[in-house]
Amino acid sequence: MVMPVMFSSHVFSEDSDYNMKVGVTEVSQSIFELHMLIFWICVGIGVIVFSIMFWSLFKYRKSKGAVAADFDDNFWLEIGWTVAATLVLVWMAVPSTQVMVKAYDDAEGEINILITGHQWKWHYEYLEDEVGFFSNLSTSQEQINGEVPKGEFYLREVDEPLVIPTNTRIRFLITGNDVIHSWWVPDFAVKQDAIPGFINTAWTNVPEPGIFRGACTELCGIKHAFMPVVVRAVEREEFDAFIATKVALAEEERMLTSKVWTKEELMERGEGFYATNCSACHQINGKGIPPVFPALDGSQIAMFDSKRHIEILMEGVQGSAMAAFGDSYSEVDIASVITYTRQAWSNGENGDGVIVTPQDIVAYKNRIDL
Amino acid sequence: MFAFGWLLVPMYDVFCEITGLNGKVTGPSSLSKESLAITEQRELLVQFMTHNNESMPWKFDSEKSQMRVITGNQYEANFVFYNPTNNEMVGQVIPSVSPGRGAEYFHKTECFCFERQVLAAGESIELPVRFIVDPALPKEIGSLSLGYTLFDITDRVQPKEELAKL
Amino acid sequence: MSTVVETHDHGHHGPAKGLSRWLFTTNHKDIGTLYLWFSFIMLFIGGAMAMVIRAELFQPGLQIVQPEFFNQMTTNHGLIMVFGVIMPAFVGLANWMLPMQIGAPDMALPRLNNLSFWLLPMAFGILLSTLFMPEGGPNFGWTFYAPLSTTYAPNTVNFFIFSVHVMGVSSILGSINIITTIFNMRAPGMTLMKMPLFVWSWLITAYLLIAVMPVLAGVVTMMLMDINFGTSFFNAAGGGDPVLFQHVFWFFGHPEVYIMILPAFGIVSHIIETFSRKPIFGYSSMVYAMASIAILSFVVWAHHMFTVGMPLAGELFFMYSTMLIAIPTGVKVFNWVATMFRGSITFETPMLFSIAFVALFTIGGFSGLMLAIVPADFQYHDTYFVVAHFHYVLVPGALFGIIAGAYYWLPKWTGNMYDETLGKLHFWLTFISVNVTFFPMHFVGLAGMPRRYPDYALQFADFNALISVGAFMFGLTQLLFLFIVIKTIRSGKQAKPEVWEGAGELGLEWTLSSPPPYHSFTVQPQVK
Repeated sequence: MVMPVMFSSHVFSEDSDYNMKVGVTEVSQSIFELHMLIFWICVGIGVIVFSIMFWSLFKYRKSKGAVAADFDDNFWLEIGWTVAATLVLVWMAVPSTQVMVKAYDDAEGEINILITGHQWKWHYEYLEDEVGFFSNLSTSQEQINGEVPKGEFYLREVDEPLVIPTNTRIRFLITGNDVIHSWWVPDFAVKQDAIPGFINTAWTNVPEPGIFRGACTELCGIKHAFMPVVVRAVEREEFDAFIATKVALAEEERMLTSKVWTKEELMERGEGFYATNCSACHQINGKGIPPVFPALDGSQIAMFDSKRHIEILMEGVQGSAMAAFGDSYSEVDIASVITYTRQAWSNGENGDGVIVTPQDIVAYKNRIDL
Repeated sequence: MFAFGWLLVPMYDVFCEITGLNGKVTGPSSLSKESLAITEQRELLVQFMTHNNESMPWKFDSEKSQMRVITGNQYEANFVFYNPTNNEMVGQVIPSVSPGRGAEYFHKTECFCFERQVLAAGESIELPVRFIVDPALPKEIGSLSLGYTLFDITDRVQPKEELAKL
Repeated sequence: MSTVVETHDHGHHGPAKGLSRWLFTTNHKDIGTLYLWFSFIMLFIGGAMAMVIRAELFQPGLQIVQPEFFNQMTTNHGLIMVFGVIMPAFVGLANWMLPMQIGAPDMALPRLNNLSFWLLPMAFGILLSTLFMPEGGPNFGWTFYAPLSTTYAPNTVNFFIFSVHVMGVSSILGSINIITTIFNMRAPGMTLMKMPLFVWSWLITAYLLIAVMPVLAGVVTMMLMDINFGTSFFNAAGGGDPVLFQHVFWFFGHPEVYIMILPAFGIVSHIIETFSRKPIFGYSSMVYAMASIAILSFVVWAHHMFTVGMPLAGELFFMYSTMLIAIPTGVKVFNWVATMFRGSITFETPMLFSIAFVALFTIGGFSGLMLAIVPADFQYHDTYFVVAHFHYVLVPGALFGIIAGAYYWLPKWTGNMYDETLGKLHFWLTFISVNVTFFPMHFVGLAGMPRRYPDYALQFADFNALISVGAFMFGLTQLLFLFIVIKTIRSGKQAKPEVWEGAGELGLEWTLSSPPPYHSFTVQPQVK
């Protein structure tokens, strides 16, 4: 029983287009072996049953003169195969239970990461270090539309992967921000639903550095296929440096918010933000897909009502797909994209030309008069 | 049949409270006689996570993101709430304990999650969670993570007379 | 009033003429025909949606439809196939065959029967109309999990809920009719353990329907309350739980999938028996197996929810109970093979579909067994591996059972033999295309492609292209089936009452003329 499993593990240890990943953790490898065991048992049963069936269909053809017998039961045979089936199931249930108990380990994690599923991106927060960031799909809309060739990691690449240290027990705490999502990394055999209002846990311990790609596996709306998971496992020193950078960046962001911005600086930043976060619905040309995704080019709000413009970005629009970007993005980003959309396309010429600064967004948050 | 269907709601609540299923223990709880009799203590990590659901604009943070605690002792963790908008708003915090089966061992004697919180425009407040981790907590559970999700229920709540006070 | 017993065809007061006949009929044969044609039309509508899905998935990238519409296609494809094709087709077969098989003149509640049918075009009219409304139709998957289907749903969700309620009423009323008919109108001498297996399969299915359709009604009503009346069944903010939705839905959903297969088990037993010229092996075990499957189906629902964050004990319980269902199902497969063993077998079209059923449904059963293994399911859940599994048990499973039954009983219904050459062509094209379509789904699922994705990473491209080609072939081939059915109705070699060699001994329906009289068994036959 062990031999076929070992053999198959070897044969299938390369990442195959046909089979599950073996993965890089002890748990994922146990799960792969269990999967192959069950698979071969099923193949074995299938071979036995189908060969009897096809042999019967061949041997007992009326066209070849077969005359039907008339038996229609056999008590001991039926008992026999029912018992045999039960024993096979027990044979499967034992290792399944063992692997399950191993995977469900509740021990303390050295590093705890809060993963939040949003429509349509992941947010990762390192709880000990109190630093977090969003992880968006970084494949361009042009690739998706077929306007430019697709890259190697089409739909499997993000702007900010989750970085974790190797040889460390990582505990994931998973929740949802809006609808149910699901966080899956096949190489770790970790999949847990991200449910709003609830926390689920998962854990992993990755022995070797690498990049591991996964997906959202619970239908969550239009961009369900466009919010991949990418995890980078690195040596401990590199991880510590990464965290230090993130902490420093967060501090820098706080300072950026208070500096004085020029219109050009805001436009440049806003254009990039718009392309990543807005163009999927409102389109690169700002024309949207009315009525579900309004046009921004020529919009009254974008041209003449900066107050409402800020409100919409910060709070979203109830009952529509427009999310509240205010709690997901920095004041700098929000101000930039508002300024950009007020100036871009025909809005700059035809509108009131009001620009919005990060200080305006801070003021909105604190409700000082704009 | 109708009565059964109608009674399912309180029955479901009671069932979840007793079993702690889904990490939900919604009211104040304390140690049982059996637990009080346990003298052995152990240390474990309790973590606090806060999350604002959807577009809830309040600032909602825990003072400390984690504490090392000893089972059987009472502890307090403080949380800050701030309403930056121009309107009075009502929030509801929904707790979730992970792992789920640890929920019944996490006894909150006081928690802002027991009631709705009303904050006037610009108001901020600090509120505690007081808790005891049951000594009967199974050994396999090495840490408890307490996730608090803050929901905006201003629209769902009826006229002011019915709002719970802080 | 006229006497109860009539011994001749209703020459001068036969069926009404024109549209009124079909609107007001209380005749089980007419109503069976209505259900069957309805499900056939819905097969093409749901199939067209599948063609849109497969056209988009033919290549990576978004070429033909946007995700908004794609999600509507996947959702409605599922809803239509489950509630508009498989279930009504089996009800149509039940309506046609059950009274004849038990020697009864009609169903127990003929007017209720008419209502049960006509509720369906109404329900599906409402559902399909949502696709043309500005906010678009339901787009949250046929399993419509909250809160995607509550807080985040388009306004048309309320039509969807209403439509589901109407379908549910239709099924419940139909099931009441079936149980009443089977218990009260069997010919003298036909004890329960002498009933044909198709009748048994429907008796059990009808009980399942009565047990679980109200649960579905409950869950969509709770959705309605959450969406429109400020309740919080599935909303954590108000103290509710999105996972509650899943528990209640799957408590309905799992028995539902057995509702969709049990009648096929009955049909295939009849056909294998007929074309092996040998009594079905282990009749009583077949009955007990179907009953066990039905009972067990109530305690396995959370195997659809293994990644939701259940405690370990819960996950293990549902793993064991799900694995247990393999036993009665396996027993049935062994019994079918044992029927063929030492039979005298011919390979008419119904037999070909039935043999394919046994082989391919078993493959679907194996992938189901793999899915039951919880830790492995962490890697399968919500991927194309699941899509492969349920399409194997539903397409070469339930649908082949329906098609096999159609070929088997068409000569009885119409009085004409179908064209055997065309039937075999339909079979082979369907068999090949079904496997080309659904087998590679196992591979892309294992390799990591999630379900309900309108676009995918490049390593899945080759198999997706193959799957789409298979799907187009499968869809086109069913037009051949339509042609065969229409041709059989209009012409063909005259069929004998017995139709199939030796069938006269196998069931009361084969003692009637082909086609049978509009009102058959107006005098009860005696069963020995």
